[in-house]
Amino acid sequence: MADPIKVYPPKPSHVYFYATCLIDMFYPDAGMAGIQLLEREGIKVVFPENQTCCGQPAYTSGYHDEARAVARAQLDLFPEDWPIVVPSGSCGGMMHKHYPGLFKYTGEEAKAKEIAARTWELTDFLLNACHIRLEDLGDPTTIAMHTSCSARREMGVAEVGPKLISQLKNVNLVEQVRAEECCGFGGTFAVRHPEISGAMVSEKVDTLTDTGTKAFVTTDCGCLMNIAGYAEKNRKPLTGQHILSFLWERTNAGKGGES
Amino acid sequence: MTSREAILQRLRNRSGGELGVPDCDFSVMKRAPSSIAERIERFEKTIESVHGEVHRCTPQSWVARLAEILASRGARNLLVPAEHEIGHALRDSGRGDLPELLIYDEPIESWQAHLFNEVDASITSTRGGIAETGSLILWPTRDEPRLMSLVPPIHIAMLEASELHATLHDAMNAQNWASGMPTNALLISGPSKTADIEQTLAYGVHGPKELIVLVIE
Amino acid sequence: MSRPNTGDPHHIDVKEFHPRARAAIADPRIRQNFRKAMDGLITKRKDAFAEWDLEALRDLGANIRLRALANLPDLLEQLEQKLTENGVKVHWAIDGDEACRIVRDICVARNAKTVIKGKSMVSEEMELNHYLEERGIKALESDLGEYIVQLAGETPSHIIMPAIHKNTGEISELMHEKTGTDLSNDVEYLTASARQQLREKFMNADVGVSGVNFAVAETGTLCLVENEGNGRMTTTVPPCHIAVTGIEKVVGSLNDVAPLLALLTRSATGQHITTYFNMISGPRKPEELDGPEEVHLVLVDNGRSTIYQDDELLDTLRCIRCGACMNHCPVYTRVGGHAYGTTYPGPIGKILMPHLIGLDEGRHLPTASSLCGACGEVCPVKIPIPDLLVRLRQESVDGDKLNPAKVRGHGAKRGTLEALVWKGWSWMHARPGVYRFGTAVAARLRMLQPGRLGGWTQYRTAPRLAAKTLHERMKEREQ
Repeated sequence: MADPIKVYPPKPSHVYFYATCLIDMFYPDAGMAGIQLLEREGIKVVFPENQTCCGQPAYTSGYHDEARAVARAQLDLFPEDWPIVVPSGSCGGMMHKHYPGLFKYTGEEAKAKEIAARTWELTDFLLNACHIRLEDLGDPTTIAMHTSCSARREMGVAEVGPKLISQLKNVNLVEQVRAEECCGFGGTFAVRHPEISGAMVSEKVDTLTDTGTKAFVTTDCGCLMNIAGYAEKNRKPLTGQHILSFLWERTNAGKGGES
Repeated sequence: MTSREAILQRLRNRSGGELGVPDCDFSVMKRAPSSIAERIERFEKTIESVHGEVHRCTPQSWVARLAEILASRGARNLLVPAEHEIGHALRDSGRGDLPELLIYDEPIESWQAHLFNEVDASITSTRGGIAETGSLILWPTRDEPRLMSLVPPIHIAMLEASELHATLHDAMNAQNWASGMPTNALLISGPSKTADIEQTLAYGVHGPKELIVLVIE
Repeated sequence: MSRPNTGDPHHIDVKEFHPRARAAIADPRIRQNFRKAMDGLITKRKDAFAEWDLEALRDLGANIRLRALANLPDLLEQLEQKLTENGVKVHWAIDGDEACRIVRDICVARNAKTVIKGKSMVSEEMELNHYLEERGIKALESDLGEYIVQLAGETPSHIIMPAIHKNTGEISELMHEKTGTDLSNDVEYLTASARQQLREKFMNADVGVSGVNFAVAETGTLCLVENEGNGRMTTTVPPCHIAVTGIEKVVGSLNDVAPLLALLTRSATGQHITTYFNMISGPRKPEELDGPEEVHLVLVDNGRSTIYQDDELLDTLRCIRCGACMNHCPVYTRVGGHAYGTTYPGPIGKILMPHLIGLDEGRHLPTASSLCGACGEVCPVKIPIPDLLVRLRQESVDGDKLNPAKVRGHGAKRGTLEALVWKGWSWMHARPGVYRFGTAVAARLRMLQPGRLGGWTQYRTAPRLAAKTLHERMKEREQ
């Protein structure tokens, strides 16, 4: 469950950017967008070269020895006391909520706790630590948003995305029914229980398209590849984007950039 | 070793060691002070929301109101307490518009079929009520046995407004339940109901179809 | 597909979760019945807590349950002592079989032939009806939902609303076929017919069997929560009342009851309170005119004292059986209660049943979750259900050398190939150089990426590897 009370750090000079393996391999644009949003706020973004994966896939599958070995390799990536920002509620949740337990009774427990305490979901960090102000440069549009379950429940950021989008004057955010229900991704769940996961994502796509919008944004690439992948395969008029890509595009129109 | 000993031993020799005892902060159960009028209003609103019916009466007016209620339902008879003043008041009222008055003064075994099949309505006292949940507190006695508030299709309960507590927490402490409970104590909050068929509410599934509360102010 | 009420725990193979789930998902009636019901329950729960500081109330509920568990052996002894003083006979049962035997022995001693039952999930867990039936004692369910389920020869598909998988039309046909009522979509009529049928049974039953929601040690009081009045009938009309309950249901004092009751009914059905809150502290006294002459309490362990040994698993025993976790579970909503093949379905079933039937038998249960956390979010006593699911997944594959598995049947799901895949995955991701090389090569070869990825591409397109990894792009940026 999310922290009852969050104490945000002041806007820092530097942050560590922990990209997550999905962004690294499948959605690097979303990672770049996050980095550029941070840089525009005057923050120096440090990208530890030796980052790989937070270990969550093995952890939630029950292979904790294997997860710990991978997680252990991440613990040394953040030597300075800068905040660690993660463009995912899921991987952020793994580091923030589950690292301390994973390293309980090991020599790395203190370090895991210390890292967990300064791990932030990136949109939350942009809104509440950086106090970002977004100037919308895009054409009028309508979108829906799907907040991942881990962003919503482990990181407690359900209100962050809508608040950021509300800063964009030409964007009309519509809410789908049962917005808080899982899209059916759940990592290996989608493969282990394809019919159940398929039933969940098909209803999620229906509720999103029922709003009349043709586009949605989300906090997590797992949900993105699930929802957008279902829509594509089944020829539903719905496309998706990581919220960071969307925010960067809306506020950087015509200015180029690397995204 | 008996099962009792085996279970207790396993619990006592817990392999994880002794468990910490957390503090329990009951402040969330506290309510701002309320007047009797506010509590009546709350009680009425809540119990009506679950199909209960409330009539505000005075010590002088309730018998007449009761007669009207019973007449409107066509009740042929009314089960009343033998000893409680409610029973006396009704028997001594001399009114011709009340139905036949019955009393429950012998063990259930001797008149079960009659109670189940022939009694149309009952009236009981209460030990007070709970405003927040719209509940009546009943402690059945020899004079007002358990089935009196359960079997007849209409149950009428008398509630003294002054005995209305804000919450269950308040009621059980004000009445010091911990010092000794009766064989059976009840909170009744509306008529018997079920939603087991497709979440459609239906009343009177096993108990009374109607719960009518006479609040005496 | 549902579990016939034969009572044989192996009659239904819990391991066959997948085909049952598939069948349920393909059945539009089941999908519709559950979706509609769950949507309604979610809304009602939310409204019912509107004026509460829900987090503070859930904290209190969790702490009351934890405090009771911390003192569990003492509270059980206190409960026994108080109940005995009040004239209630207390029995202890190691497992379901022993509990069934105790109930049967009481019936035999009274020469009882018919038992009427109030709703009790523990009796479902014990498979009491079947046990008694085999020994010539007829057990009839009196809760309307349980009655319907019994008529159909099924088991409950929800712990609070047993017949939630059926719609009015199905129930009407069932009652018509089994009891001769007229076919009707009028719920009032169907309910009234059941009332008529069951009143006879109450009057003639020799024994009433009920569950218990809270057992209060301080006063020796058994609390029952219900709306219908069948629980009151069951515990009042027959000359003998037998209450059965898990050993974890005890709480210290009456004061503990008010917050738990406030949480239970609101979480379960969105009610401020149920119609009846029935507090039983003893049999009929000589001067009283009704109530049972005999009252028994059967305290059932059935694996609970084993769960109790472990600090983390112990949280499972906080449960007050409200069913909110299933009402909010996207998996339960899709597959319904019978797909699980277990007494307790949904999230609570997934964390409780492996202890009762073994993790070998229940190996698929913990995997049937997207770990979305909706269950933990609504649990009135804050059971960290998702964490317990992960713990059981670990136990089912013996996945943690630092915290060796201990649940009965652990390790049954560990497959050589799967374990090897995770080992390889771990080896690569724990070596940053290998990882960067491997992902960069994959990006180069992305045109060769397979378009079909098992269950994933059954419903979705495969995710596409980017032309360059973020690592590569960041490297280029530095230069």
